[in-house]
Amino acid sequence: MIAQILFIIILAAAVYLFSKNAGKIRRNILLGKDTDRSDNPALRWKTMAKIALGQTKMVKRPVAAVMHFFIYVGFIIINLEVMEIMIDGIFGSHRIFSKPLGSLYGLLIGGFEILAVLVLTACVVFLARRNIVRLKRFSGTEMTEWPRSDANYILIIEILLMTAFLTMNAADHKLQLLNFGHYIKAGSFPVSHFVGNLLPGNADSLEIIERGCWWFHIIGILAFLNYLPYSKHFHILLAFPNTYYSNLNPKGEFTNMATVTNEVKAMMDPSFVPETSAEPMRFGAKDVTDLTWKNLMEAYTCTECGRCTSVCPANQMGKLLSPRKIMMDTRDRITEVGNNIDKHGKDHQDGKALLDNYITREELWACTTCNACTEACPVNINPLEIITEMRRYIVMEESQAPASLNNMFGNVENNGAPWKYSNADRFNWKERS
Amino acid sequence: MAEMAAEGKQPEILFWVGCAGSFDERAQKITRDICKILNYVGISFAVLGTEESCTGDPAKRAGNEFLFQMQAMTNIQVLDGYHIKKIVTGCPHCFNTIKNEYPGLGGNYEVIHHSQLIQQLIDEGKLKAEGGESFKGKRITYHDPCYLGRGNNVYEAPRKALEILDTELVEMKRCKSNGLCCGAGGGQMFKEPEKGTKDINIERMSDVLESKAQIVAAACPFCMTMLSDGVKHENKEQEIQVLDIAEITVRANGL
Repeated sequence: MIAQILFIIILAAAVYLFSKNAGKIRRNILLGKDTDRSDNPALRWKTMAKIALGQTKMVKRPVAAVMHFFIYVGFIIINLEVMEIMIDGIFGSHRIFSKPLGSLYGLLIGGFEILAVLVLTACVVFLARRNIVRLKRFSGTEMTEWPRSDANYILIIEILLMTAFLTMNAADHKLQLLNFGHYIKAGSFPVSHFVGNLLPGNADSLEIIERGCWWFHIIGILAFLNYLPYSKHFHILLAFPNTYYSNLNPKGEFTNMATVTNEVKAMMDPSFVPETSAEPMRFGAKDVTDLTWKNLMEAYTCTECGRCTSVCPANQMGKLLSPRKIMMDTRDRITEVGNNIDKHGKDHQDGKALLDNYITREELWACTTCNACTEACPVNINPLEIITEMRRYIVMEESQAPASLNNMFGNVENNGAPWKYSNADRFNWKERS
Repeated sequence: MAEMAAEGKQPEILFWVGCAGSFDERAQKITRDICKILNYVGISFAVLGTEESCTGDPAKRAGNEFLFQMQAMTNIQVLDGYHIKKIVTGCPHCFNTIKNEYPGLGGNYEVIHHSQLIQQLIDEGKLKAEGGESFKGKRITYHDPCYLGRGNNVYEAPRKALEILDTELVEMKRCKSNGLCCGAGGGQMFKEPEKGTKDINIERMSDVLESKAQIVAAACPFCMTMLSDGVKHENKEQEIQVLDIAEITVRANGL
């Protein structure tokens, strides 16, 4: 009874705390400007099914794809087991699904065990890739102490959880064989019966181990749930809405700024009266709140895998630009803005901005807009849009484009070509045939 | 175009030459070759000549949305003035901009890249690889321009133009959606590169050299410049030619 009450309190606290922190992230995302992504729901569901659920963009790197698939499937399917653990915890029952499911239960528990081993293997391989093989993709200026530790913590937590799960099953299995207490014969243990050989033989110690692992496993899961909002691992949730709200247009298409359209129309046709908006507007993005909610959602979705940066031509040539850093900076800055609101109220200004305090101009100007980063992202994140918005701010609000680009602008404006050629010579190519 | 309009004629298709195709000496040759193909298959076409102006692409990518939209709206006025419905262009940047970004500003046209035109003509049996230079025994590779490939998912059309040649078509390590940028996009063509260890087009040359191709096929005037500079940098001008899809088609047909 005490155990049940304790369990319910812990569960309620964990859910409450998680909702609170997830709510903060939602609030932060909605600090972004509006953009309409409600069109074409059929294609959006399809995109989400293909890319988030089906992980089709992962296959470009087969080793990571297979290992990630183990963890992903393991996570989703083992959640069925977590459901049973929750019910058992609340009602004080033991393996409540075993009766209604009958022989299927054995198959399920057996399946979970095999998945648990696959997850364990994948986590060990991933740890090795990060810490022993030291793949280049996992390093870079933005991969400072915290992002590196974050990745390792996630993998270690998953290893501990899976180990606890298997040890729990092993002890349970041995207790079942001893016909001890309420340990009814249920489940099949293709993996953990090997682990059982390592456990003591007496029932009391086995029960302590079984209960210990049960509590460790479930508290571990609830703690992990609460770790998510602070971690890159939040991608397990946001990958789904993020792909649902994907940009469905061709990648080469950049948005046309409606505010600019109004001004240009007014310039070309003095009788044109635009619909006035009372809100003072800023062209492009200086800070995170100038970006759209989708840009910000992407920042929280990013799991720092570095596929974008590893294919970025500028980054490969040793330039400062790293698309992953663009996303991480955006996330860190919007989190900071959110924290400021919590601490100092809505209108607090901290004198900082995404531009210059986080992302330097040199990074922004190194982009070739080649779309390799957006193509590489397994969850359809678009660092290019943020880069473009920030360039727009620099050019249109500050007039601080590099001098050579200003020359190009001047040429386009005056000669209708990016080079200093007279428009009268535009048809000269014909002569030389 | 103005002449045709004065005569009350309407072309089947408007050939949007683009700034590079108009002014860049190397690209001018490609422009003339696209005209040769159009003439050969008997498609009536027109060019805007001095009435054409930059699509605004480089301004837009560099963040100058004002300049882009001014260019776009001016161009749309000209195009609509001539009741243009269909456009072919030799530049993936013009292609992307007119096709994807002009509709939002009121300019709606069917836009194709010249590689798509060549593919159509091949599919219709109007273009073959006959009567001209033989590419037999030559290794050819194709460099995907970002705004044609990743930007608009056109990967097969330009390859089709090469597949009809009796030749060995090889892919570079980084090709199609994994293709490496030539380094010119996003306004880079018009500015000094940021500090780094290497220039992007030189890096691309390592893929070209690894493919052991004797001909690098391009489909973008900016890629053409970057790749040609890369070949020059490697002192491989004798061994490796950089040719546009249109040039290869013209040569293969002896036009």
